[in-house]
Amino acid sequence: MHTSATERITDWAVWAFLWGFRILVLLIVVVGTIQSLRSGQYTSDQWIDFVVFGIARGSIYAVLALGYTMVYGILRMINFAHGDVFMAGAFAGYFVANGFSRTGFLERQPVVALLIAVLFAMLVSTTIAVVLERIAYRPLRAAPRLVPLISALGASFFIEYSFRGFFGPGVYAYPAVAPLAGEFNILGIGVLKMQALVVVAAVIMMAILYTIVMRTKIGKAMRAVSENKDVARLMGIDVDRTIVATFAIGAAMAGAGGVLFGLMFHQVNFLSGFVPGIKAFAAAVLGGIGNVVGAMVGGMVLGVFESVGPALFLGGVGIIRPYQLQDAIAYIMLVLVLLFRPSGILGERLSTKKA
Amino acid sequence: MAILKAEKVTKQFGGLVAVHNLDFEIEEHAIASIIGPNGAGKTTFFNCITGFEKANNGQILFGGTPIQALRPDQISHLGISRTYQNIRLFGEMTALENILVGQHQNMHASWYASVAGTPGVRREEREALEEAQRLLQFVDLGGQGDLLARNLPYGGQRRLEIARALGSKPSLLLLDEPTAGMNPRETESMMHFIRRLRDELRITILLIEHQMRVVMGISEKVTVLDYGEKIAEGTTKEIQNNERVIEAYLGRGSTRTATARPAASVPSPSGG
Amino acid sequence: MTMTTADRRWRISDSIRIGLVGGIFAVYLCLIGIVEALGDRSVIEKLVSVGQTLLLLTAFGTGYFAAQQALAAGASRKTVTSLLASLLAGLGTGLLLGLLVLLGYLVNVRAVFINVSPALLDSLTLGLGISGVWLPVAVMAFVGLMGGVVRALPASVRSPLIVGLGAVVLGGLFSGLVRPPMIALKGTPEKVARFLMGPTGLTPWGAVIVFAVVAAIDITIFQASSPVRKSYRELPPNRRKIARGTLLVLAILMAIVLPRGSGPFIAQVVVLICLSALMGLGMNITLGFAGLLDLGFVAFFAVGAYTVGMLTSYGEFGLAHLPFWVVLPIAVLVAMLTGAFLGLPVLGIRGDYLAIATLGFGEVVRLLAGSDFLAPWLGGPQGVIGIQKPCLGWLGPFVGTDVPRVCHGIELGGPKEIYYLALICVLIVALVAIRLRDSRLGRAWMAIREDEDVAQGLGVNLIQTKLMAYVLGASFAGLSGAIFAVLVGSIFASSMQLLVSINVVAIVVVGGMGSIPGVIVGSLALIGLPEAFREFSAYRLLFYGAALIVVMIARPAGLWPSVITKRELHVDLDDETDPAASPSAASE
Repeated sequence: MHTSATERITDWAVWAFLWGFRILVLLIVVVGTIQSLRSGQYTSDQWIDFVVFGIARGSIYAVLALGYTMVYGILRMINFAHGDVFMAGAFAGYFVANGFSRTGFLERQPVVALLIAVLFAMLVSTTIAVVLERIAYRPLRAAPRLVPLISALGASFFIEYSFRGFFGPGVYAYPAVAPLAGEFNILGIGVLKMQALVVVAAVIMMAILYTIVMRTKIGKAMRAVSENKDVARLMGIDVDRTIVATFAIGAAMAGAGGVLFGLMFHQVNFLSGFVPGIKAFAAAVLGGIGNVVGAMVGGMVLGVFESVGPALFLGGVGIIRPYQLQDAIAYIMLVLVLLFRPSGILGERLSTKKA
Repeated sequence: MAILKAEKVTKQFGGLVAVHNLDFEIEEHAIASIIGPNGAGKTTFFNCITGFEKANNGQILFGGTPIQALRPDQISHLGISRTYQNIRLFGEMTALENILVGQHQNMHASWYASVAGTPGVRREEREALEEAQRLLQFVDLGGQGDLLARNLPYGGQRRLEIARALGSKPSLLLLDEPTAGMNPRETESMMHFIRRLRDELRITILLIEHQMRVVMGISEKVTVLDYGEKIAEGTTKEIQNNERVIEAYLGRGSTRTATARPAASVPSPSGG
Repeated sequence: MTMTTADRRWRISDSIRIGLVGGIFAVYLCLIGIVEALGDRSVIEKLVSVGQTLLLLTAFGTGYFAAQQALAAGASRKTVTSLLASLLAGLGTGLLLGLLVLLGYLVNVRAVFINVSPALLDSLTLGLGISGVWLPVAVMAFVGLMGGVVRALPASVRSPLIVGLGAVVLGGLFSGLVRPPMIALKGTPEKVARFLMGPTGLTPWGAVIVFAVVAAIDITIFQASSPVRKSYRELPPNRRKIARGTLLVLAILMAIVLPRGSGPFIAQVVVLICLSALMGLGMNITLGFAGLLDLGFVAFFAVGAYTVGMLTSYGEFGLAHLPFWVVLPIAVLVAMLTGAFLGLPVLGIRGDYLAIATLGFGEVVRLLAGSDFLAPWLGGPQGVIGIQKPCLGWLGPFVGTDVPRVCHGIELGGPKEIYYLALICVLIVALVAIRLRDSRLGRAWMAIREDEDVAQGLGVNLIQTKLMAYVLGASFAGLSGAIFAVLVGSIFASSMQLLVSINVVAIVVVGGMGSIPGVIVGSLALIGLPEAFREFSAYRLLFYGAALIVVMIARPAGLWPSVITKRELHVDLDDETDPAASPSAASE
């Protein structure tokens, strides 16, 4: 009596859509997997390669996702420009590595050279992020939620097209590092050295970050501020400084991740950060936003699905050239998580009302 | 006849029981108050009535209809309206528009008729606007209709929130601390105003209130909650002499105690 | 002046800091290449290029701001101190710029920053080479001082001065656009054009005249004390309404006449402005009214375009070969259905999560449209080509693939003709949007934007209301896409980028969220300006980004905020309704 006919129809449509969507995705996954495994189009070695590559790429997403998760945890804001901070790191690393490559230093001392490149990239990324926080985000801390999001969107474009201005629209090729070429065997699986380096470096960085967040004073301050800014302030925590530190740490990780990205994919361009940025955010949501371990897990899961998915699911259901739809897998996963499990794999229940 | 009847309502948040096994009734055209120390579950009970929270257990009947499973908008359609403890106006909309949103559920224009600007829609809009102006006058905000709600003074915002709630033509109005933050003079006129709502508009009124002067001055029935449970109920006089109530307030040394004075200090109600 | 606390006093370091920030900005302008890119265009012929003007404006602003800050800090000898402050700030700016020039001559900066070219350095030292490094320093310091001088002037002099200077800069920018059509008209317009403007910018005389005229206009009309303003304010409300209406009609008339004398380029630009305005009006409903940020908005545009493409194309992928006028409502309807389809699942998601989810949907739509998987229907990366142009009249029969149907009547073939179609659509849609804004549904949207829970508590059905925002917003975007399809004659998945959605968000935000004239102003500023100003197009997105940040911080209500228009409307309304309402007491 109080529910009008149209209301019932909309309620029913929402329900039908959600279930239809679930069933469709499930069908594609199940049917696709069975079909493509049956067809034997790919050998098991190829599948392993897919997975290893997925883990390597996923670890870069994970490193980036940490920045999203930490900032979101503290400010409840999606730092849209984080992917571009990552791109800035990749550029900074490129110029150092390229310079060393010309002087021959990269050949002679690859470890030292790369370390310097990474440190410089971290420095550049951190500087950009801190300036960004000061100019584009801090004045908007009290504003309604949409306002900082739009500002972040603007910041993202501003950074991208500033870099286009600085360095032009072209693609810069990262120099090859000789000791990183080739592959070696782990338990009978051939793994590219480069991919192994990326995974190991990412894991080390995440371990360091985890220690910072859980053990150090600034980490405690961060957790306190993310719980409740006002109370944290009363407890004598400098909230502004803590927020800046969060941005700085996230950006440093992103900068290092940018160099890893450059080494792995051998190229960087002013738009290099945008898509990885969105995917890393998807990874953060997947793992449970605000959760440091979740970001790592989410990154890996996303990387592997993205790498395996086109061949396994999409190819299996008869979609031709499934790699064109590779990015769609990440987006669909993102939408699925937002729809059905907004808390993510490991996350606590997000109170959406905490606006 | 009881217009609202709650039976064994329980609401838990995790381990915390905010409202426990609460039975409650309010007669039509009555003014009743719910009092209790901070955190006693008063606002949670309001939220359960209006559908903002779903009760874990129990039943809430409004005019004989069970409403505990309905959405807030459906409950509003049935004739329950409310205000909020911390004023929640639509700040970027004008005072007039706030009231017009209140009238939303009593208007019927479809979007295409609005776009076409049919005579029916125009008449409805005109009537709604006149009604909104009347309500503004009624809450002493006449001539301030085009001010943004956030630019109104505090007392004005409280009254505008009530006008907005009245816009939906409720038969039961829930007021969550209507006099919070008001000085004695403003409080006095708010009491007078609440009485007018009942006497002139024939609306049943249930309020949460901390100021005992207000509670004792206008309510016909008082219900006392503590830790989510009803510890006393009755007329103002009965409540003032109830030992459990005194214990609940004094026993905890609540800062509100000072205001819990006998009704003798309350000025006699002026005819509304 | 309050001089109570010591830290409120003006300090030299304050001005130097401002100067250095200005300097960083100036160097930034050089590094992103905008100074050089705009080096060929002049503000005043053979005197100042647009690129140089940007740097001069930076120094001017720095000096102005430093002087302002010194005045606010309550220095003891105000004028002298503020001038000193502005000089210092200008000097700081100049020194950083000089440093860049010096480095540019000594080291190969270009290996990293590609824009530090000899041409840039020469334009900064006026061709003196390394011995001219002092020149930018001195000029910037002087211009900074000028900024301080202007700040020190009384407001009644300052305002026309600044407005006049601004007009000269704008005049220089747009002379390239205005001059050719005027010359094409021959006679007096040609003479005027040649006197005021050269091929690259204003002539010196032109600059003087523009300055004088605009400054005079500022004094007589725009200053608060001006007679024109005063008399407008004294008009009775209904006369004021007439005055506003007249202005609106004039603006529409101008929009109608505008492309008549111009070339196809301008026509193309104005069509794009109209199409963006259409999408902007749609986004204004979902974002501006209902507060739902949809970053997948381009999906609806794509649906509209593809529907028109598939149903009217005489090419390979044409399904039905229908006339445009039949397909147009179908396209809008399909876009609305898509809006409902994409809106349904995401309605429960709030705030910034919604933005990301819709972004995901939009990208999926684009990837699918461009994929080989759907290529048999949508043409994949090659797109749908051979879209039949709209025909006002009777359309000949379909004769075969790749042959357009003959139009017996007026064919809306080029951008000039399609412009009128788009303009009419904008006017209709704007009217619809205004009606919606003032309707029951519009108020429910705004209530949801302000506080979802309270709105629901007042009887607003959230799912239905939000869904309507999606559906109606999508319909406008679909309309825009449909016109886009016939304008270009073909559609490619690559024109459905995320950037389109972001453009639209930028239009709505910069124009003023929820403001309908704001959408028009936003489209003019964000689509019109960069299109009209070709050299700028590489920097368009840079400009968007900066504009989004600046607007959010400095003017969150946008260039043309909705509140002002709203208040004006209500003032008029109250004038009419108040007398009727006041005597009647509250009753039920």
